[in-house]
Amino acid sequence: MAQTRREMLVDPLVDNNPITLQVLGICSALAVTSSMQVSFVMALAVTFVTAFSSMFISMLRNHIPGSIRIIVQMVIIASLVIVVDQILKAYAYQISKTLSVFVGLIITNCIVMGRAEAFAMKNPPIPSFIDGIGNGLGYGLILMLVGFVRELFGAGSLFGITILETTNNGGWYVPNGMLLLPPSAFFIIGLIIWAFRSWKPAQVEEREYKIQTVEAH
Amino acid sequence: MPEQSDNQKGMIARFMALPTDSVPKTVFVAVVLCLVASMVVSAAAVSLRPTQQANAVKDKQVNILQVAGRYEPGMDVTEAFADFEPKVLELATGEFTDAFDPATFDDRAAADDPELSIALTEDPASIGRQSRFMTVYLLRDENGDIDRVILPIHGYGLWSTLYGFIALEEDGNDIYGLQFYSHGETPGLGAEVDNPRWKSQWNGKKVGNEDGVQITVARAVPPAGPEYHVDGLSGATLTTRGVDNLVKFWLDDTGYGPFLDNLKAGEI
Repeated sequence: MAQTRREMLVDPLVDNNPITLQVLGICSALAVTSSMQVSFVMALAVTFVTAFSSMFISMLRNHIPGSIRIIVQMVIIASLVIVVDQILKAYAYQISKTLSVFVGLIITNCIVMGRAEAFAMKNPPIPSFIDGIGNGLGYGLILMLVGFVRELFGAGSLFGITILETTNNGGWYVPNGMLLLPPSAFFIIGLIIWAFRSWKPAQVEEREYKIQTVEAH
Repeated sequence: MPEQSDNQKGMIARFMALPTDSVPKTVFVAVVLCLVASMVVSAAAVSLRPTQQANAVKDKQVNILQVAGRYEPGMDVTEAFADFEPKVLELATGEFTDAFDPATFDDRAAADDPELSIALTEDPASIGRQSRFMTVYLLRDENGDIDRVILPIHGYGLWSTLYGFIALEEDGNDIYGLQFYSHGETPGLGAEVDNPRWKSQWNGKKVGNEDGVQITVARAVPPAGPEYHVDGLSGATLTTRGVDNLVKFWLDDTGYGPFLDNLKAGEI
């Protein structure tokens, strides 16, 4: 193996982050990050699903016919997501009410399918499992960062605990309502990508075009 | 029957040994995977269903306790809820009916049942169909007299139908509280219907006077006076309007009006 297991786990956090470098899983990162608690549960759920789906797909990889490859992956991912959804409804009812449809939408999270297709189909089960955990954590890290900014400045609290007393509750802080709406996550993720790429210039993609200069005669 | 299982094992092994991309192997993998996946999913769904249903029931009970001012964190919800008596109410007559068991009657399902509901022509709450029967909860004091009544209400806001309860004192005109337990309004704006400070405004307000229902949720104080006024949510005009419409709809003759008349007359 070119990568050690440690690298597999740590790489997706910053160097090969699924959101900031691969730019996958943006959709749910916009939808569920209005509070830290929900972001946290979503991150756990995605990590669980990515790790186990990668592991199961990797176990079956030598028996999956190419013609139904994607369908097989989807069936495994979808089954795991339904199981996670059922467990949340049974043991974390309030959170499952807030997450509502987004748990189901883990099925369409590009990260899960991306890792299944790019890694698990070609690697043994244990590395695939670790790769899934690493990518889930990388996704979770960005989710928590975005959730931190949105909840703190949008609602004046963190994990539901009031930090900045808002004017609605008789305090001084006028919350930025836009941060609670999904589009604000676009700006925050954009800023995070910018920060990451300034810190690690190797992540900057090469331009696909070059501006031609026409020489004056 | 060992022979048969040997035979089956032989068959599975034969399938597994087929070239991965051959048609029989493809069909075999698809069928086995579907069987296994469906078993896993149904096992999870069936084994967790009792816990999930208990959660949903408890969630509703907690909301009823909260709106009636009887909730404290960490309390035994089931025990506290025993003080509440569920009753199925016929809206048109304002009288209780024994035709349904209040423990199992489902208002939302009834609203979709053409036998039990009516299609609304005048529909300020934008709910389409209204059940003719609703489950209400009576909170009685030590003497067995009605202390508060908790009435389910719902209607459309900006993005979603808001479902909640309104608690009235025994005179049928003083509001004790209002709370929504399910909605999809904008966080930070319309979702401030969950804000404790906003909800606390409802306490002590009045439903109406001799001219009918006066309670108003808006920025401006209604002509009837400040005791009928709940301040609107800033930045959420449409949610505010939705709440205003649905509260008026449910407390007027289109909703619990006949029941509240009976309550005022002391006939309940």
